[in-house]
Amino acid sequence: MSKTETDTTPAADRGGPHQPLIIASGLKKHFPVRSGLLNRQTATVHAVDGVSFEVKKGETLGIVGESGCGKSTTARLLIGLIELDDGSIIFDGDKLGSDISLKELRRGVQMVFQDSYASLNPRLTILDSVAFGPKLHGLKDPAGIARNLLGRVGLDPDRFAHRYPHELSGGQRQRVNIARALAMSPRLVILDEAVSALDKSVEAQVLNLLNDLREELGLTYVFISHDLNVVRYISDRVLVMYLGEVVEVGPVESIYETQAHPYTASLFAAMPSMDPDNRTEEPPLAGDPPNPINPPSGCRFHTRCRFAEGVCASRKPKLATIGGDADHLAACHMHDAASGHSLALKEAAE
Amino acid sequence: MFAYLVRRLIYVLPVAIGVSIICFLLVHIAPGDPLTAIMPVDATQEEQAAMRAAYGLDKPLPVQYAIWVGKAVTGDLGKSIATGRPVADEVFAAVKNSLLLAFTASVIAFPIGLFLGFVAGYFRDTLIDRAVTAFAITGVSVPNYWLGIVLVIIFSVTLGWLPSMGAGPGGSGAWAWDFAHIKHLILPSVTLAVVPIGIVARTVRALVGDIFSMDFVQALQAKGMRPLDVLRHVIRNAAPTALSVMGLQLGYLLGGSILIETVFNWPGSGFLLSNAIFQRDLPLLQGTILVLALFFVTMNLIVDVAQAAIDPRIKRS
Amino acid sequence: MTLTADQADLAEPVRKAPGYWSGVFRRFLKDPVAVTCTVIVLLLILAAIFAPYLGLNDPYKASMIKRLKPIGYPGFPLGTDEQGRDMLARLIYGGRLTLFVGLVPVVLAFVFGSTLGLIAGYVGGWVNTVIMRTVDIFFAFPSVLLAIAISSALGAGIVNSLVSLTIVFIPPIARVAESATASVRSLDYIDAARASGGGALTIVRVHVLGNVLGPIFVYATSLTSVCMILAAGLSFLGIGVRPPEPEWGLMLNTLRTAIYVNPWVAALPGLMIFITSLCLNLLSDGLRSAMNVKD
Repeated sequence: MSKTETDTTPAADRGGPHQPLIIASGLKKHFPVRSGLLNRQTATVHAVDGVSFEVKKGETLGIVGESGCGKSTTARLLIGLIELDDGSIIFDGDKLGSDISLKELRRGVQMVFQDSYASLNPRLTILDSVAFGPKLHGLKDPAGIARNLLGRVGLDPDRFAHRYPHELSGGQRQRVNIARALAMSPRLVILDEAVSALDKSVEAQVLNLLNDLREELGLTYVFISHDLNVVRYISDRVLVMYLGEVVEVGPVESIYETQAHPYTASLFAAMPSMDPDNRTEEPPLAGDPPNPINPPSGCRFHTRCRFAEGVCASRKPKLATIGGDADHLAACHMHDAASGHSLALKEAAE
Repeated sequence: MFAYLVRRLIYVLPVAIGVSIICFLLVHIAPGDPLTAIMPVDATQEEQAAMRAAYGLDKPLPVQYAIWVGKAVTGDLGKSIATGRPVADEVFAAVKNSLLLAFTASVIAFPIGLFLGFVAGYFRDTLIDRAVTAFAITGVSVPNYWLGIVLVIIFSVTLGWLPSMGAGPGGSGAWAWDFAHIKHLILPSVTLAVVPIGIVARTVRALVGDIFSMDFVQALQAKGMRPLDVLRHVIRNAAPTALSVMGLQLGYLLGGSILIETVFNWPGSGFLLSNAIFQRDLPLLQGTILVLALFFVTMNLIVDVAQAAIDPRIKRS
Repeated sequence: MTLTADQADLAEPVRKAPGYWSGVFRRFLKDPVAVTCTVIVLLLILAAIFAPYLGLNDPYKASMIKRLKPIGYPGFPLGTDEQGRDMLARLIYGGRLTLFVGLVPVVLAFVFGSTLGLIAGYVGGWVNTVIMRTVDIFFAFPSVLLAIAISSALGAGIVNSLVSLTIVFIPPIARVAESATASVRSLDYIDAARASGGGALTIVRVHVLGNVLGPIFVYATSLTSVCMILAAGLSFLGIGVRPPEPEWGLMLNTLRTAIYVNPWVAALPGLMIFITSLCLNLLSDGLRSAMNVKD
């Protein structure tokens, strides 16, 4: 193995195979809204409000939800681009802030952004963009690492290394962004709508590349998207967010089979199907999500939920296991026999 | 809208305070003692100290500033060292003349600038556009104090049609709307109008050109709207920016006419200012600059509020 | 897996794709107006620098008999001024101070203004508030008024003119720099660089500067024309360069009294200011369109 090869292999596993790579608990981010005469803080956007989840080693966790539900904010919290207001992140057993520093975390976690053009410095050749991180960390032969990675993501370094971003197609640029993320030899890569802006055919190629890289390099992905088909294709587990909260999480087959939370159900109902026999009967979700400045009380979805009852407005449901699957959790009073929701009682009676 | 107005007014306050601090400090960054101009050369130490105390110059700077501002707010800007008259009176009389000049120049400049800019924007990349662009860039490049001299050479010295100096027969005196006075107004106001013509024309050309290339205009044209009606839509979209540029230019004309007023001996604030400079009449200098700058701040405020009133996009935020 | 071929490749010099600036240069050269204006400005600067070697008359040598001679007078191709000094020599020598005081403040303001704007735009928060609100206060003065106010307080002189004009042009450049930096700051590649562990200074150097200096530079060149006119204007008012130095604004002022005797000679210094400022404006326009081209 050559020198450059070793530099791109992931850092050593510390906690063993059963230690989750990421344990995020109670993540909170509130953005102040300033207005009025003295520019005082008059309101708070509850962008991410108490989000907890785990990412197991080697898996791909898909995060889905409408725009504005806090998906991207969660991603940026995971990599420390914005500061946590509350909550903790444990990376392979090491707590951020006490066991490892932000700088150390960032060596292990990298991110690919949605806008392939805005995420590359237009004045740098793609070689320089990819080599920036390795150079910064004083690795040997950053240009070699970059060329190697470009080859790995399917861009012949001899042809592409010295091009500028505007000379590449969207798919090629996204490959560069993937190479740049890999240049830091991360163990977790966050893909924030990374294929959403690509043409369908290019999207498939990039998804396949991501799958290959995951196997080759033993990577773990957090895959954020609003495209349920893509999420199904790439993810092992899916996390559904609504207005800054987790409403449902579970293995991909389980969730795509039965949606426990009415919000998840309506999301899937809106998913276009190729099969004419499989047309959705359910009415699509009406209206826009409520303003995250003043999120609804109780279950945040109750304002748009067909099954909403008094308890939904007054009490916040907790994430709890659904049916027989211990990995499938949802936050809905209908699945909690003790909630007092009429449908929950019925379910319990059955 | 009301909240915007109030916020904008409150925002002006620190700017106005900053402006007054700069004007106050002008006297103190001046080399030498502010009193040397009026102090007898053979003044003794005691006399100097007494003078200093009389003018409040023995107090610490912040105290002096507070006293100065306190008086300025009540309209007392001190006394001119050269004439002994209250600075406020001098400035007020001069600003009236400057305003006359600035308004006349605006009346000349804005219609011409708007027209040229609109035509150039409408006929973008044609010969007309290029001619207007060339004219506009010449307008913004010309040193207007020189243009004033050239116009004097042509219309006063060579042709003898127009007077070259003052605001009326016999120099300054009171302004009157008669032919003799208006003749004095022509050369300085035309000179002053050239730069804003260029700036307004350039801005409007770019604005109109951009709007014409926007999707909504093409949609209007595609659905068969008559060109004149399309034009109405374009004008409505160009109006807020065009108005704000003109408003700012009016402010610039008042503050920037100093050189022109010097060329034409026009008894305005600029002329007053250059006299104050020559006689090192610091209270007069300070007062004139303060009044002009505050006028400019007010002008900006009016432009912003007016723009908010006609531009629906600003109202909402 | 062997990577020897790749690594052997690295030893060879790599072909650099044509960079951004060479593209700008190529486009600029295709603009005949901008190129002509650049040549004129360069000629004016060169003539001013090498004035002593051009075989001109002594620009300071006065003569009572040869006062205010017209253009084309034998021995004085552009006539003489009110003290009988050679106009041609004085106009060329005059370029030295005029161009110096007309251009240097913009360069200084570019340095200070960009720095302030970059800091304000990149750091944000209260640092931004302090810098930009201060800038707002200076913005409350029309530039002519501010230049005259500071110059008249400081008194005449070259250094004082440089100082006051620099102060005049820092605020507009800082504003442009701040907004350019703030918009680049919000782009994903800055976040990507931060995620790679880059410190603020490194990110500014590698990722911000290259993307904001261009627009700031173009904006600064558009100010040179105004600065020239203002600098000469200060001398015209008697608060810039001191006599007997040849300087276009000052010459225009002293020759004003001669407009009844020899009007066209009196207009010459102003014509020089006009030509220079026009060329600077056209040059800046050419640069702007050469740099705005997006692929």
